Amino acid sequence: MNAQISFRNLTLGYERHPAVHHLSGDVREGALLAVCGSNGAGKSTLLKGICGALKPLGGAIDLHGVSPRDIAYLPQGAEIDRSFPINVYDMVSMGLWRRAGLFGGIGKADRQQIAEAIAAVGLEGFEARPIGTLSGGQMQRTLFARLLLQDARVILLDEPFTALDAKTVADLVDLVRRWHGEKRTVIAVLHDFDLVRATFPETLLLARTPVAWGPTFEALGSENLLKARRMGEAWREDAPDCSDAA
Amino acid sequence: MNPYDLLIAPFTEFEFMRRALAGVFALALGAGPMGAFLMLRRMSLTGDAMAHAILPGAAIGFLFAGLNLYAMTAGGLAAGLVVAIGAGVVARATGMKEDASLAAFYLISLALGVLIVSLKGSNVDLLHVLFGTVLGIDDATLILIAAITTLTLVTLAFIWRPLVLECVDPTFLASVSRAGGVSHIAFLSLVVMNLVGGFHALGTLLSVGLMMLPAATARFFVRDLTALVTLSTLIAFAAGAIGLLVSYHLGTPSGPSIILVAGLAYAGAVVFGPIGGLVTRLVPGRHLEA
Repeated sequence: MNAQISFRNLTLGYERHPAVHHLSGDVREGALLAVCGSNGAGKSTLLKGICGALKPLGGAIDLHGVSPRDIAYLPQGAEIDRSFPINVYDMVSMGLWRRAGLFGGIGKADRQQIAEAIAAVGLEGFEARPIGTLSGGQMQRTLFARLLLQDARVILLDEPFTALDAKTVADLVDLVRRWHGEKRTVIAVLHDFDLVRATFPETLLLARTPVAWGPTFEALGSENLLKARRMGEAWREDAPDCSDAA
Repeated sequence: MNPYDLLIAPFTEFEFMRRALAGVFALALGAGPMGAFLMLRRMSLTGDAMAHAILPGAAIGFLFAGLNLYAMTAGGLAAGLVVAIGAGVVARATGMKEDASLAAFYLISLALGVLIVSLKGSNVDLLHVLFGTVLGIDDATLILIAAITTLTLVTLAFIWRPLVLECVDPTFLASVSRAGGVSHIAFLSLVVMNLVGGFHALGTLLSVGLMMLPAATARFFVRDLTALVTLSTLIAFAAGAIGLLVSYHLGTPSGPSIILVAGLAYAGAVVFGPIGGLVTRLVPGRHLEA
């Protein structure tokens, strides 16, 4: 399998403090990769780096020809204005942005696709509901329907199942499996190790510095978890310049 | 007094009333959607800040060329655009929040304007800029307002999708397109243009009212964006027509009369509006089946 995303001695961070420190490795095309680690371990930062929202402090990310626009990114607790007067149908249809852009019409085939995406997340009948009236789970289903329409080669999910009931999680995990079956590259930040072990063949364990990266059962072995826990969480205000800084 | 004398006669009998009505309708057509988007983008107070930012530019134009439509318009546009775009660029290029950078820019602009005006030592006709003269709209002003409104509606059609998407889900828009920044700057420019168009009729401060009050009123009645924009515009139309009639019959100044009519509509909506209004909140009615 070819590499889809390569990290080359990558350091990402804020105001010179690294949040992801010296990460190297390849995410293969079609990989289903979980990113785990405690709060502040750099998981969300890594996703921001991949989608281009954050520039590396050092090293590089090689997307092997995939444009950042071809990456679908679902941020953690997306900053969505739920009070905006827009309904589920319009919200989902924005997933067609790449095709429709500023003016492109939404034709019959598109409407068919939108209907299928809404059905796939189990939201039939909710099309006309303003997003402000949705529950947390329904909102997440709406966002997953939009992801479906984005039809992206690479999909980044940042804690997509937080605060959802078991049924919703199961439905959405099915979608993730479907993407995996379609050979899309999926990288998800997750905290639920049971879920990761059951669904994700590969895991990257971060504690700012990468602790382990490989088959999930190895990466989440007790030794690695202990090692990750020992590594400090808070950064030091007086941290010296990194001696490996490129 | 029969209904004809009350509602129609003022307009059929006096040309200045017809001109005023045409001017206010043209303004309302742009102000409705602009107000709706300002409100949805949580920029309700931005209009007010921009109105202050325009004032010095218009005053400088006035000092150099007197009560000249083009000089004052150009001055207002220039000052407004510098402040709007400067604040927008600083907010996007640095860590500063938009409201703080806008406050910084418009205060500098306002202070500069006051300084220039006081150096030149004239302040007489600045009342015109502050409160407008809707009953004295001439052809040139009418055409200017109509042109600005036309440009506003066409531009809004172009930037509608990114404008909506940037309100609802800015991270998503940024991940699929670069249109967010451009459409934001275009939108701010429209705000400035509409305020400049408005200050000839209502004055800078009151022209913000024709944008914000109808939009805030409409929000109590509809949940849909298209409906919100339409209803805002209709309320602005109604406030313009009724305000002019009130001003005609009671002899009150026209600009404030128009805004106060819109204000009454807003007060009514706060109390009786079906979506989030006080009465609906306090007396919700019997609950429905689960």
